[in-house]
Amino acid sequence: MVDNIVIEVKDLHKTFVSEVKPSWWGRLRGHKKEITRVEVLKGVNLTVARGATVAIIGSSGSGKSTLLRCMNKLETLDGGRIFVNGHLIGYEERDGELVAEKASITAKKRTDLGMVFQHFNLFANKTALGNVMAPLRDVKKLSTQAAQDIAIPNLEKVGLGDKLHNYPSKLSGGQKQRVAIARALAMSPSVMLFDEPTSALDPELVGEVLAVIQQIALAGTTMVIVTHEMQFARDIADEIVVMDQGKIVEQGPPDVIFLNPQHAKTKALLSRSGMNPPA
Amino acid sequence: MDFIERTLAVFPALLGATPVVLQLALGAMALALSLGLLIALARISSFRVLRGIAVVYLEVMRGTPLLVQLVYIFFVLPSIGINIEPVLAGILGLGLNYAAYLSEVFRSAILSVESGQGEAALSLGYTPTKALWRIVLPQSFVVALGPIGNYFIAVVKDTALTSVIAVTEILKTANILNSQTFQTTEIYTAAALLYLIISLPLSRIVVLLERKARTRG
Repeated sequence: MVDNIVIEVKDLHKTFVSEVKPSWWGRLRGHKKEITRVEVLKGVNLTVARGATVAIIGSSGSGKSTLLRCMNKLETLDGGRIFVNGHLIGYEERDGELVAEKASITAKKRTDLGMVFQHFNLFANKTALGNVMAPLRDVKKLSTQAAQDIAIPNLEKVGLGDKLHNYPSKLSGGQKQRVAIARALAMSPSVMLFDEPTSALDPELVGEVLAVIQQIALAGTTMVIVTHEMQFARDIADEIVVMDQGKIVEQGPPDVIFLNPQHAKTKALLSRSGMNPPA
Repeated sequence: MDFIERTLAVFPALLGATPVVLQLALGAMALALSLGLLIALARISSFRVLRGIAVVYLEVMRGTPLLVQLVYIFFVLPSIGINIEPVLAGILGLGLNYAAYLSEVFRSAILSVESGQGEAALSLGYTPTKALWRIVLPQSFVVALGPIGNYFIAVVKDTALTSVIAVTEILKTANILNSQTFQTTEIYTAAALLYLIISLPLSRIVVLLERKARTRG
């Protein structure tokens, strides 16, 4: 059973706390520390099966990106557990209590997850090839030659075989995102996480990135995609997850969700993106 | 014409002090760079105590005159049994002082690298420490190169302050010459020119290094 599940999210809670401290002058005048709490995730349960493509949709602020970022512990959790390939991520369990684990252990577990960010996050001082090779050498400790032998085919796979030696500043947004995808793929993770991969792109560049993601999905890679591209989600996903105000409000196969949405939020989301279900 | 000749005639005597100036500047800069980086890392660390220590250090070193710090190290420390010979005291004083300024250079250079790159590194399996050293710091050094060069030129000139703690550097040598020959104008003109001769090539090197580092980005 466990073998077929890559990610298991159990009762995940996350609250963002921001503090505004008064200055010493303000304190003298009796101002108190202002604490704002925003509950972003209110008990989320989700399983991602091996080989599946899960698309998470929802309006801004619904918690979908936070959910994704929790999966590889880029956010600390306030409650619940996340298992990747059966391993609890970011924490160890001692007598039922969660204790933060060593950074090096979390780092090792993260190699199981590849992540693609909205703003690409390429290493600015490295070429396309250098970006893909860096983690192979620094994290997987491969030799330069071995790293190159893995990096080049991955860059060719995303259609950038002719841009190997370009620095990010000499690449278009779509090309940057494809380098980022190649960089994550080259580490051969067991699941790819995409955090709104096309949201920061010019409209004419969205297609090339979506085509690459589709190609990866067709190759059987397990993936979780947070996206605003409804048509794309429908085309590519095996399962659609609809989030609203920190909760999953509806989930199911694309045809069911898109043709017969049950929840009011899903209906609103679809009609806003011009994908009205048949009346 | 006589003035120029007399000024040039002073140079050989002053040149003998140049190695000491370079020794002071290089030593102080090496200390300032390493300590400055440590303080910068302490300032951005998540440990409150480390941050506190770094801030206190910065404020104390930046808020008291370098000249007073040099005097303190050379004349006050012996009273509690710490005797440091002049050149070493000069390196320590200059280095500890410049470390404060360089820590601010490093801190802003580190913060100038977009946090997204660090996050990407983490997501690829780098530990936070490795992400800092392999991804963030190499880019920060490029950003910091210009300001570091400026501070290096400044430290060369500030070596003149060590003349008050018995270091026989250029200014001290000039003072001695002056008391013997009273050719005040010639001697101090020569001294000023000598500092300029040392500083100018350094400025050029800084510009070249910066240009070289930036062409990669």
